[in-house]
Amino acid sequence: MTGTSPAVVSASKLGLTFQTNDGPVQALSNVDLTIGKGEFVSFIGPSGCGKTTLLRVIADLEKPTSGTISVNGMTPEQAREKRAYGYVFQAAALFPWRTIERNVALPLEIIGLSRVEQAERIRRTMELVNLSGFEKKYPWQLSGGMQQRASIARALAFDADLLLMDEPFGALDEIVRDHLNEQLLELWARTNKTICFVTHSIPEAVYLSTRIVVMSPRPGRVSDVIESTLPKERPLDIRETPEFLAIAARVRDGLRAGHSYDD
Amino acid sequence: MNWLKPSWQAVLALLLCLVALALGAMSKPEAAALADPAASFDYPYFGIKTPMIVLGMLAGLISMLRISELAEAVVLFVGAHLVAWMLISGITGFEGTALAPYFLLLAAAWLLAWRCVAVLSGLRPMEKGVRMALRLIIPAIFGAWILIIWEAVTRGAGIPFILLPPPSAIGARIASSLPVLGADVRQTIFKAVIFGYVVGSGAGFLVAIAADRVPFLRRGLLPIGNMVSALPIIGVAPIMVMWFGFDWPSKAAVVIIMTFFPMLVNTVAGLAASGHMERDLMRTYASGYWPTLLKLRLPAAAPFIFNALKINSTLALIGAIVAEFFGTPVVGMGFRISTEVGRMNIDMVWAEIAVAALAGSVFYGVVALVERAVTFWHPSVRGG
Repeated sequence: MTGTSPAVVSASKLGLTFQTNDGPVQALSNVDLTIGKGEFVSFIGPSGCGKTTLLRVIADLEKPTSGTISVNGMTPEQAREKRAYGYVFQAAALFPWRTIERNVALPLEIIGLSRVEQAERIRRTMELVNLSGFEKKYPWQLSGGMQQRASIARALAFDADLLLMDEPFGALDEIVRDHLNEQLLELWARTNKTICFVTHSIPEAVYLSTRIVVMSPRPGRVSDVIESTLPKERPLDIRETPEFLAIAARVRDGLRAGHSYDD
Repeated sequence: MNWLKPSWQAVLALLLCLVALALGAMSKPEAAALADPAASFDYPYFGIKTPMIVLGMLAGLISMLRISELAEAVVLFVGAHLVAWMLISGITGFEGTALAPYFLLLAAAWLLAWRCVAVLSGLRPMEKGVRMALRLIIPAIFGAWILIIWEAVTRGAGIPFILLPPPSAIGARIASSLPVLGADVRQTIFKAVIFGYVVGSGAGFLVAIAADRVPFLRRGLLPIGNMVSALPIIGVAPIMVMWFGFDWPSKAAVVIIMTFFPMLVNTVAGLAASGHMERDLMRTYASGYWPTLLKLRLPAAAPFIFNALKINSTLALIGAIVAEFFGTPVVGMGFRISTEVGRMNIDMVWAEIAVAALAGSVFYGVVALVERAVTFWHPSVRGG
């Protein structure tokens, strides 16, 4: 799989049960997963399959109730304290009282970088997401796609090697989404980061990933892991090739298998 | 009928003018003079009655012609206010003698002014300066007409001074007692209100943060704060006077009690207002309590905090004035109101009320302006 490179995320027998008013809900059960450095892994599955929960466990926003997980060889909590990852949420979650520039600077301020260092990082990440020239705008003055790009810039700003993305383009229209997918791949190739990407779109997952983790609900578990055979260089029209369609078909089969006992 | 655009206000004003003309005498002396032509011609509106009514009708008629909206507004403005001015100045010396045509004509002038405001509200000028001026002119005409009707009715109907003095008398009283009013404002507003407002709001804010930080305070303090806010000010004020003496500190104490709770409740609510996603975001940065508070939760709470500041700006004024009813040195707005009412100097009471209203509006306005500057990002301020 990833050969000698050390695992960035490694989970074994991971389980998480939420205690709700309607009794316990098993959000994750028996998840075994290893993500190597530089991989682009997509988590795909119907809603309620625990893909977002899994990402939140990696980010230490939820605590697992069974099994073990390590991030960069540490517990998720230690990794979070060390700012080992950048997290991109479903919505941009930019602070409306800060300009785009100050939003990107937010994590840098908390880490305690000097103003000079901040300015340099802001300039670099704004360039990376093609937002140069919009530094002084407020979030509500930008389109949804630009806001989401700004939130990606914010996640990139402090140079964590791991990028966790939770359906970041889910609320955007198809054209904007294609465009951002292209840019994301380009960014991934340039920075060599490890990316975990939650989506419910099959084409998006196949287009972006080196590996696709198909999940199924009740309880949330991994039902299939598909290695992508697509080359690293991926123009948008790769989505019409038989190879792409074959992988997409496999993902769809995996999703269906997870659903079958349900209907 | 292409050259005519009727408006119901102008049509009604015309009808009222015609009825006024038909009814004849505007005042009792005029009625007496008409009944007995040999008697004196010393009655109100001698010689200007018909021109006044014709002026009103002309303004109404011209306004309905197809002229530009600006010209229509100017015609209405001039007509309505000229008629009102002639009505009010003509009754001088004959207060309380007005008959039905006087009030009909007043209503007609008011309708013309109403139409004028309606036309002005419909204007959509491009220039920013003109828009700004319109924003001031429209409420100014509105407010002026409250005063005009007040003045005309109190004087025309001869309402007893004790019940409701005309605004002109209140204005004269304000002009002649500026030093007294100034001293009262200094005592009540610059000492008790400002001090109490700052300390009360500040304490509410700090306690809200303490309650947010320390769970046992949240459980224990909020219900007690709630109880304090339910204390009747009428009951608390005399006790504060016993504790802190007759001078302004006791009034400031009442203001502190009144302003503390709105700030506490609003700040606690505001601190809970930031979204889950934003808080998770701060968590992913391993941000501690204070950075999260300063960079996320307080800015998100700002609209709530300013709400409390605005509520408190009026509460503080009420509290300080009412508290002065229960013992005070011989200065202060509440003291003046309570003593002048006893001396039947109702115009002085109204003068204090006017000054209090003005001070309260300015206070509120300043807080609202600061709010606009600080929460410029909030949808309610940036507009969409």
